[in-house]
Amino acid sequence: MADVIKRNKALSVNPLKASQPIGGSLATLGFNRAMPLLHGSQGCTAFAKVFFVRHFREPIPLQSTAMDQASSVLGADENVVEGIRAIAEKSKPDLITILTTGLAETQGADVHRNVREFRAAYPEFADIAVVAVNTPDFTGSVETGYAATLTEIIRALVPDAKTATNDCQSSEGLAVVPDTVTQVGRRKRQVNVLVSYMLTSGDLEALQLIFEQFGLRPVFIPNLADSLDGCLTDEDFSPVTIGGTPLSELATLGDAIATVVIGASLHAAAQVLEEKTGVPTYQLNHLYGLKANDALMSALMTISGNSVPERLERQRAQLQDALLDTHFMLGQLRVALAADGDLLGAFVDLLQETGVEVVTAVTSCNVPLLSSIPVASIKIGDLEDMEKMSLDNKVQLIIGNSHAVISAERLNVPILRAGFPLYDVIGGYAKTWIGYAGSRQTLFDLANLVINHAHEEIPIYHSRYAQKPANETVAPSCH
Amino acid sequence: MKSNKDIAELLDEPACEHNKKEKSGCSKPKPGASAGGCAFDGAQIALLPIADVAHIVHGPIACAGSSWDNRGTRSSGADLYRYGMTTDLTEQDIIMGRSEKRLFHAIKQAVDDYAPPAVFVYNTCVPALVGDDLNAVCKSATEKWGVPVVPIDSAGFYGTKNLGNRIAGDAMVKHVIGTRDPDPLPESDINIHDVNLIGEYNIAGEFWHVLPLLDELGLRVLCTLSGDARFREVQTMHKAEVNMMVCSKAMVNVARLLQKNYGTPWFEGSFYGITDTSAALRGFANAIGDDDLIARAEAVIAREEARIRAALKPWQARLKGKRVLLFTGGVKSWSVISALQDLGMVVVATGTKKSTEEDKARIRELMGEDTVMIEDGSPKALLKIVADYKADILIAGGRNMYTALKAKIPFLDINQEREFGYEGYQGMLELVRQLALTIESPVWQLVRDPAPWKVTPPSVLNADTVEVSHG
Repeated sequence: MADVIKRNKALSVNPLKASQPIGGSLATLGFNRAMPLLHGSQGCTAFAKVFFVRHFREPIPLQSTAMDQASSVLGADENVVEGIRAIAEKSKPDLITILTTGLAETQGADVHRNVREFRAAYPEFADIAVVAVNTPDFTGSVETGYAATLTEIIRALVPDAKTATNDCQSSEGLAVVPDTVTQVGRRKRQVNVLVSYMLTSGDLEALQLIFEQFGLRPVFIPNLADSLDGCLTDEDFSPVTIGGTPLSELATLGDAIATVVIGASLHAAAQVLEEKTGVPTYQLNHLYGLKANDALMSALMTISGNSVPERLERQRAQLQDALLDTHFMLGQLRVALAADGDLLGAFVDLLQETGVEVVTAVTSCNVPLLSSIPVASIKIGDLEDMEKMSLDNKVQLIIGNSHAVISAERLNVPILRAGFPLYDVIGGYAKTWIGYAGSRQTLFDLANLVINHAHEEIPIYHSRYAQKPANETVAPSCH
Repeated sequence: MKSNKDIAELLDEPACEHNKKEKSGCSKPKPGASAGGCAFDGAQIALLPIADVAHIVHGPIACAGSSWDNRGTRSSGADLYRYGMTTDLTEQDIIMGRSEKRLFHAIKQAVDDYAPPAVFVYNTCVPALVGDDLNAVCKSATEKWGVPVVPIDSAGFYGTKNLGNRIAGDAMVKHVIGTRDPDPLPESDINIHDVNLIGEYNIAGEFWHVLPLLDELGLRVLCTLSGDARFREVQTMHKAEVNMMVCSKAMVNVARLLQKNYGTPWFEGSFYGITDTSAALRGFANAIGDDDLIARAEAVIAREEARIRAALKPWQARLKGKRVLLFTGGVKSWSVISALQDLGMVVVATGTKKSTEEDKARIRELMGEDTVMIEDGSPKALLKIVADYKADILIAGGRNMYTALKAKIPFLDINQEREFGYEGYQGMLELVRQLALTIESPVWQLVRDPAPWKVTPPSVLNADTVEVSHG
């Protein structure tokens, strides 16, 4: 199990880390008619927006409380309340999340109180859900910000099954709490699926098919495959997300037969959901590789009572065949991985199934999962660390986001682009990695990157006595 | 942290026409209804193209983490500017008051590992709020590590991107310009004159379409602030005979201060379009007042204009009469208008939100009195104007790209993130190619037409239903 090596330098060079507010925004964007509101200066939002636009190549709804000099020093309560009001009035979303930044947290903002103030001042917007989350960028990463935001959305907006009156604990979330009582298993085919930031829209589409093949109806929380999958709609313009998990679905989560959680980072969110609804949880860390998907099959068999569909059996056999075909190229291949915790763990498992040696593993911040990932050590650091360690460890292939491409160029090794952001390829956000089929394609992609490069060619030898044609003879070498 | 007085002084820019309006400088953003970057964004964008400097962002991860290696600007050699460097402050740093110490050691690490000629430190919101003494840290780091360390106090909450540009310019004038004299001139049989370009960012390398012409005329560019610049070039900017403000007024304070401190005259110009490129070359010649240079400039202009007009001919036939909605946020409007008119295109409306009164006058001069000037740049408003004025294409910054594409409207990106260079005579060829590429693309029909099964085939309908469906 991994030895986690802490950050030991003052300057971070070529950061791997994306911030918590980015993660919080991403989680929000997976809900229908939603708008993330970053509580900070304008730049916090502008940078996040550019970050997302480059990755998804889509317009991104994102707003700012626009803190200036005076409000940064004297207090920005008014900015939060006014910001929510302006969005509520102008865009009429279903959900607004208030995500704090380092600036707001350093100043001592209390966004939860601000939401209550907003409720008191503007009762006319009672039907708009407003959820405040602490996501300062001086701690955590995109992964923790995403998870925290999902946890708070569930806490605020999923009705409590235990209390018939449904006196929602966080009255700030939704002023009007839906008057429904849920019951585990009332919706016999519904499975709640909490998905980590590492699942792409392509992954969610593939996962939906898998659930449906078992006769189940997955409700993804959140559902980026419905909001940021790169889809041309009839609407010319929308100020809020089009698609994503509808908030109305959150009221039904307690009726589901089971909750499947994909991603170790969502442990807390899953716990809150189970406490609220009583729906049993199946926790999976990821869906990369044979064993991980076997675990998914077992879970879905138990939940549905059905056996594994023939189509999926076939895909499993295809993955097995791909393991055979690619192990010649991937066995003993020395790989460097740079990714946040969930994705790092997923790749390590997939790669080790093929005999790859993960000799360099770098991640952005410490999370509980890291110590259980089966590699010798994991460095908390940046892409400069990854590059230096790769050189020392004679790495032959890099897996990382688009920022790592230039490192790969300097090291003169191929790179498999994965993670966040992917801005120098088209469609990276939609690539399917998961399932038997996605894992098989990943093995193909990896093998193709190294098929002609991974082994050292034997240098050509010309015998001085050879009877080759005259135009092939070379001058005898000096040694 | 900068005091209110410092910020007020930066906002009060006598060389900017906005000053004359009731609100001086740039207006205050509204919570929940604002777009655009912060002062840090503006400062970083203005200086990051200085390619050999170590640019350290002092703050938690969001400031650098979301923004490094994100610009179309190109360097002819050094590439240190493409390294994202940040102190990546943690909660402990902030609570325990260790952020100054981390910065001090971060500067050392950058100097030790990358041996830059200088380090620029960008202050951001959190250290500004907790009261880090940026100037003191930079001063002692300069003394201790023996490399110039320049403080750029650009916390995001100070104001807008535009203010950040000025903060950056101000820092260059205060700390860098005037600290070295230019290299001796090379031998030449023509008179060589030293000039600067302020606000030229060499996006996609487009300045390299122009630089050969300046070389040919014997204009030595001491420095472009800041495209493809080096620290040692910025140091010598005080010795130019004339400065050109390129397109934007974002760093107009640099031109004004260089005039005040060193008496250098400046003029405003652009390299977009044939007309403006020629005007810029004349601008240099006339400002310098060297008769030989003026004559040679005219000869180069005549030769280049003839060459490019011939090369553009086949394209002009394809683009002539096409209707353009130009929305640049304002600053570059007039320069792009002239480029498009050179091609025979019709600019039906233009954005003027950030334009100065002088810019607007110029636009009226180019487009006529009844031209539509767009103040409301919201996606909804833009799409309405495209429809109302039957525009064939929207030309705007990358931020509006998906506004256009989702509404199935041809689009051309003219902002700093773009991948194509349009400057100079030669850049016009790339511009026409990109314009034709999107306007003439077969995709528009495919995305606009409904799926065949959504159109009821007329053959199977009787006359009544046809009438109903049209009613």
